[in-house]
Amino acid sequence: MSNTISIRKGLDIRLVGEATKEIREVSVTGIVAVSPLDFHGLIPKMVVKEGDTVSVGDILFFDKKKESIKFVSPVSGTVQQIVRGEKRRITNILIATDSKQTAKKFDLKKISEYSSEEIKNLLLEAGFWSSMKQRPLDIIADPDNEAKGLFVSSFDSAPLAPDYDFVLNEDMESLQVGFEALNILMDGKVHLSSKPNSVFSKLNAVTHHTFEGVHPVGNVGTQIHHIDPVNKGEFVWTLNIQEVAAIGKFLNTGTVDPTRKIALTGSEVHTTTYLKIVKGTTISSLVDNTIEGENVRYISGNVLTGDKKELTDYIGHYANQITVIPEGDEYKFFLTTGWLGHGFDKFSNSRLFPTFLLPKSKKFRLDTNTNGEERAFVVTGELERVFPFDILPVQLTKAAITEDIDSMENLGIYEVAPEDFALCEYVCTTKINIQDKIRQGLDLIASECM
Amino acid sequence: MKFLEKYLHKMEPHFIKGGKYEKWNPLFETLATFAFTPKIVTTKGTHIRDGVDLKRTMMTVVLALIPCLIFGIYNTGHWEMAVQEGNRNLPYFTEMMAKFLTGLTIVLPVIVVSYGVGLTIEFMFGMIRGHSLHEGFLVSGMLIPLTMPADVPLWMVGLATAFAVIIGKEIFGGTGMNVVNIALTARAFLFFAYPTSMSGDKVWMSGLGDKMATNPEGLDGFSGATALGDLASFMSDKATVAGEVVQSNEAVQNFSSEYTAWESFAGMIPGSIGETSTMACLLGALILVITGVGSLRIILSFFAGGFIMGLLLNALGGNPYLDLPAYYHLIIGGFAFGAIFMATDPVTASQTALGKIIYGFLGGFLAIMIRVLNPAYPEGVFLAILFMNIMAPIIDHYIVQANINRRLKRLKTA
Repeated sequence: MSNTISIRKGLDIRLVGEATKEIREVSVTGIVAVSPLDFHGLIPKMVVKEGDTVSVGDILFFDKKKESIKFVSPVSGTVQQIVRGEKRRITNILIATDSKQTAKKFDLKKISEYSSEEIKNLLLEAGFWSSMKQRPLDIIADPDNEAKGLFVSSFDSAPLAPDYDFVLNEDMESLQVGFEALNILMDGKVHLSSKPNSVFSKLNAVTHHTFEGVHPVGNVGTQIHHIDPVNKGEFVWTLNIQEVAAIGKFLNTGTVDPTRKIALTGSEVHTTTYLKIVKGTTISSLVDNTIEGENVRYISGNVLTGDKKELTDYIGHYANQITVIPEGDEYKFFLTTGWLGHGFDKFSNSRLFPTFLLPKSKKFRLDTNTNGEERAFVVTGELERVFPFDILPVQLTKAAITEDIDSMENLGIYEVAPEDFALCEYVCTTKINIQDKIRQGLDLIASECM
Repeated sequence: MKFLEKYLHKMEPHFIKGGKYEKWNPLFETLATFAFTPKIVTTKGTHIRDGVDLKRTMMTVVLALIPCLIFGIYNTGHWEMAVQEGNRNLPYFTEMMAKFLTGLTIVLPVIVVSYGVGLTIEFMFGMIRGHSLHEGFLVSGMLIPLTMPADVPLWMVGLATAFAVIIGKEIFGGTGMNVVNIALTARAFLFFAYPTSMSGDKVWMSGLGDKMATNPEGLDGFSGATALGDLASFMSDKATVAGEVVQSNEAVQNFSSEYTAWESFAGMIPGSIGETSTMACLLGALILVITGVGSLRIILSFFAGGFIMGLLLNALGGNPYLDLPAYYHLIIGGFAFGAIFMATDPVTASQTALGKIIYGFLGGFLAIMIRVLNPAYPEGVFLAILFMNIMAPIIDHYIVQANINRRLKRLKTA
């Protein structure tokens, strides 16, 4: 088929707390939330109001700027509260579940009878479009644009990431249906990138690519860059593989399945596992007495790109895992565990620490301490070692910081998403919040150039 | 260390905004963050961060300078004694403890002045801008003394440091923002402002100038010239080696017996405090390269550039300096010190991988060209590096432009 593309620039951060391959089902009780904040730049226009009764798949709100993009309820029950934050911005829609999970029924034809436009409308109506992202800008895809390709990664290489071979083991039929639908949807190709000898290589209706190497090899951004990079004026779409399976299931059954399998991971979880959950469940019911210690950070997602959450918060829309790691809000004496210590407890990509001498099997328990203060860029060449793009990461970040639109365009801002820079941010000696700078750059591009 | 941590907790309220010593917060913060990695946690983006920070990086460079420093102290002590005894051929490895201590009394004050003046100014800027001390000067403060001649007056060290920190760095915005290397700015300032104290044959051995002026007894025929000083004379009508006039056809031979390759490599010759020993520099290079702090690309290409220029000069030939074996250029003067500790400064060097190779190569190439072909400057290394500091952004510009063109080409073919 195709040749294996090998990613050598990058870094596998070896953390303690990989999920054991068992699945625990989390029952649907209490309050579930849908948060418009999970979708960057979205302004929601509400359809339901407090007190309304909803079923699974009922529309809660739509995108004010693009009214065809709709967001649906993951549970059946009553809309309890529409929570607003500063400037009356809607932060959460809380739904009290009735635990019955009665679902809205869609009338569906046979898949081969659908046209591209009909598939698109179906995905928009059933709320699946909210998972479809586009590059440039790394936001929800604009359904009115023509995309030159749709990219799906069948594996996640982030620290402690779930293993989709395991997660989707029983969903191969749904996946196949999902990909067939996407193939009808797209004028361009549907690309599926997998590890060598992956179970997903049997799927039809997709163009297969094989990748191996270190993180970010599993990031769809890395894969796009090596398969068919985005040029100015072009669009590509990306979709998580679990969503493809969910689309397949929807087309088979006519109802939206709001359940996903996520990994409960991290050094502070004493029984790591996979969880079968409904989207928008509270963190507390997910971690459910499996946490050691109190001063910990709950992350919806992985340690590189996830969102910080409290126990009372809800898991984010795009999260495929929960990671729990210790907080690092303590002073560290410089000679013992601080900046001039032996450093066997730290995981570093720099040879200033002995990490490179330790065996590859050694795993680390890392906390949220920044291990130093923010400075101007000083060190050169370190970001390039973990950035497998033909893009100059420091120069692009500086262009974003200085709001230099011309330079950003020239240096490849259209190809990247903040998550592509997560490893750069991790290794940065001067502790610059690179993902945030790139996001600000993208926002500027969105307002000035798109 | 719990008591210290408790004490810091107790003191902290006085120094934060609204506290009674609010103004002194940068000083407090500098000391506190030196003793303890602060309890700052990630707020957005990645939730974990690499262990590495700028303090550890800079401290590693200081560590890499220690071999040069220790050897420099001993070497300074040795030549001080040679002056006192009026014997340039004083055996090198005798009275080692005494030489080291003598050297220490000369070098230590230079270091104290350099750090004292530099850190004071940095703190002042920190207080104006409301930030704690940034780590860059930890290295500059050590580099400056090592580039000074042993006989340099302390006030000059202070003045040069002040000039370098203010004009070279702080007006651009501080650590990470400077255009040219700080330590070399200090060196260049003195070289052009006080040439008689920075060149010639009286400044390289501590006490030589004074002793000649007040009590020249026993100094008949004694020369304080450096290898580079002697070589510079090869370009004039009267070639000298260690004060003695030599015939031009024997000049190179005399030179290489006065400064044998081994002595030059080990650094047992007069020169600036920390620069003479190529061996000590290479030990530092080993630390920098293993830890990844110094760019191997720059170091190797700098040496390659110097060596190739040396070979070209050999091919040209015609006078004793041009005939000097090319490898000699790499082990005398400040060549190795410059290549390893000055050219590799990440802020002022090229930032792209290919750019670093071009930058290093041209740096070494120009250093030897200036050294040999320009009679006004016996040493060309610091000038070449300063020049390349200015050129580095231009080199990077073309590398970046190549990247941009690749992307544009993709758009056209697509």
